[in-house]
Amino acid sequence: MGILLWLIPMALALGALGLWAFLWALRSGQFDDLDGAAARILFDDDQPRKGPR
Amino acid sequence: VSVLGRAAPVDAPQSAAACAHCGAPVPPGAGRFCCTGCEGAHHLVQGLGLDAFYRRRDMADGALRPVPPPTLDFGVHVVRERDGAQRLDLIVSGLTCGACVWLVEQALLAEPGVHRARANLSTRRLGIVFEGEAARANELAALIARLGFRVAPFSPACLRASEDAEGRELARALGIAAFGAMNVMLVSVGTWSGGEMGEQTRHLMHWLAALIGLPTVLVAGMPLYRSAWRALRAGRLNMDCAVSLGVIATALMSLSETIRNGPFTWFDGATALLALMLAGRLLDRAARRRARQAVAEVLALQEGQVQVLGAPVPVPVERVAPGARILVAGGERLRLDAVLESDEALLDTAATTGESLPRRFVAGEALAAGGVNMGAPFVARVTAAAQDGSLAAMARLVERAEQARGRFPALADRAARIYVPIAHVVALLTFLGWWFLAGVPWQAALVPAVAALIITCPCGLAIAVPAVQVVAAGALFRRGVLVASPTALERLATADHVVLDKTGTLTEGRPRLLPGGWHDDELRAAAAIARASRHPLAQALVRACPEAPAREGVVETPGRGLSAGDDRLGSATFCGLAPDGTGMSLHLVRPGSPPVAFRFADAMRPDAAAAVAAFRRAGLGVELLSGDAPETVAQAAAEAGIAVHRGAADPAAKARRIAELAAEGRRVLMVGDGVNDAAALASAHVSAAPGEGVDLAQAASDFVLQGGGLLPLAEAITRAREAQRVAAQNIAFAFLYNIVAVPVAIAGLATPLIAALVMASSSLAVIGNALRLGRESR
Repeated sequence: MGILLWLIPMALALGALGLWAFLWALRSGQFDDLDGAAARILFDDDQPRKGPR
Repeated sequence: VSVLGRAAPVDAPQSAAACAHCGAPVPPGAGRFCCTGCEGAHHLVQGLGLDAFYRRRDMADGALRPVPPPTLDFGVHVVRERDGAQRLDLIVSGLTCGACVWLVEQALLAEPGVHRARANLSTRRLGIVFEGEAARANELAALIARLGFRVAPFSPACLRASEDAEGRELARALGIAAFGAMNVMLVSVGTWSGGEMGEQTRHLMHWLAALIGLPTVLVAGMPLYRSAWRALRAGRLNMDCAVSLGVIATALMSLSETIRNGPFTWFDGATALLALMLAGRLLDRAARRRARQAVAEVLALQEGQVQVLGAPVPVPVERVAPGARILVAGGERLRLDAVLESDEALLDTAATTGESLPRRFVAGEALAAGGVNMGAPFVARVTAAAQDGSLAAMARLVERAEQARGRFPALADRAARIYVPIAHVVALLTFLGWWFLAGVPWQAALVPAVAALIITCPCGLAIAVPAVQVVAAGALFRRGVLVASPTALERLATADHVVLDKTGTLTEGRPRLLPGGWHDDELRAAAAIARASRHPLAQALVRACPEAPAREGVVETPGRGLSAGDDRLGSATFCGLAPDGTGMSLHLVRPGSPPVAFRFADAMRPDAAAAVAAFRRAGLGVELLSGDAPETVAQAAAEAGIAVHRGAADPAAKARRIAELAAEGRRVLMVGDGVNDAAALASAHVSAAPGEGVDLAQAASDFVLQGGGLLPLAEAITRAREAQRVAAQNIAFAFLYNIVAVPVAIAGLATPLIAALVMASSSLAVIGNALRLGRESR
């Protein structure tokens, strides 16, 4: 049963890490535009070059 | 919505000729474009090297036809950021697919000096960061308008509508609850399956569960507790009261079991229940997000600035004081009540009175806010500030009526009203029974009582109705019907009488050229002159012959006609002919050729008669109520097959009629699009507005119809009834489940494992039942 002393805190820490990542993503606006994010991944990278600034 | 697939490359041969920019059908022989705006937009896109857009876009044909850029000064909306760059926030209407986002962003980024352009497809918000003068904002906005998107400043009004602070809080709570539930479950499964687990290890496990479970219940439950508290304070019981009590009682009972080291704790049940409830709530919001968005867009597009004489820049409407003299440009909407100072003005008052043709006003006449200037620019003196004007009065009327309607109890809440007291009494009797009759200590008696509470906890109920709502709203969305209010479907299902507005609802709200004895080249010549005017009849001519080139040197006499050289196009008197009295015709007079008459009619929507028949089939009485002249109304009624009709009804008369019907015990579905319908819309049992209607009408409605048809609404009634049936089934099913499960809990036989199984299986069953609604019925 001694293994529990390691495993349970580890499991909880990993879970908490996941929760923190979710809350961070929520706060930084990653969930604000779910429709757009789904489309953006398909955009090409060949952006038009700008003229000289 | 996919960027790939669907839309075929435009340059490939197609069966019917379609405009190379907007995709609308083009008459044969007219070239690749439906209008000069589209041609310009296409060249713009090609010049930027962005033609890939046409292979990827996924939007309705004709939606991208460029409109004149708004007559607003975007410069005043620019915010200077700390690093010296300028930031402009716009709301972009027509941004419907990933390809549109790509086009808009790339087109802006190709402009020199634009650092950042980011469009949000869900909220239609576009943020541009650029360097240089604030006045460049107008240039950038005009660029987007030239591509075919309508733009407006991102105002506080649309921020309110699209800002989703509540949705975000729910998402956060759901994340926390899901985290808690899963981790508590991890610990709980160990205690359930670990038969040989020592008592001390189990105690440790229970403390761990408490350590995770208690904060979760405390933090993630807040949205539910708040809603329950609000209901209690208002003297009502809703579903959240039951859920809150169940969750809190379970957490406390589990804590007491943990302290005295009982065999089971129920933290997993409490947290899982919380997660389920929050998921249901979030689904419920998502179902209405699109409708809220559509209304916010209309609000933003119609909000604007006023050109006050003597002021250097346009002024926001709410800052204009009575007595100010304002200049209303051609095509602009009059936003304040005013008295006309110019000699005459031509206003399209369809939105405020329902009249289908513009009316001519002379100096000194009062103009009501909401009309659109169809003629030359005019000067008017403001008589009331925005917050005291007729539009504001109408908005207050709408608000009052909506408050009355907001008291309509949702089906789930009605069920909760019966259900919650019974569940609580059963739990209390269980507790008392075990304590006094069976003689166990009170902590032990608490266990079966709370088990009964959590098993009766209506998770089936709370997820049953949102699941049905989401599925039904999704199915309706695909047919162009947006659901705007939480109980809209329930009310639509019970409607038994429909009242239709005429202009813009039953009809298209704009005249259409009738076939006649003219030649194509005559039509072409007339359309070439008509291009210079915004008058609805002239616009109808242009629509009938979009390929006609604009003619130079056209002079407009507002409300009468147009002249180009010796050619004249206009009313009979303007052209020197005998008056024809109908008002719905234009005459073309050219030297050396006989006069030509073009006749128009406000055309019925193509599906109007079919929709009326469908309303009848669904068992609804149909009636037409309009502000237009009684004869016109009678004619439209006959055409659509409506027996009961009334014309010349002002806004108050419309609302009165709805009240009359309600007093007769009818449940009225009101459909209308104008400012004059808003009060009637808000006071009806349930209401719908076409997507092209004015903001106030849409804000007052439960449904927004996109795609301009009435038939989908008639179909929506059937679907709403179906949804109600499934919701009732789900509720009955949840009750049935409890009748079986509660005795087990009362007898003290329920373990947390059984409770978890009951909860999960009943939720799954209910969701599965709701999903049946999404299947397309054929």
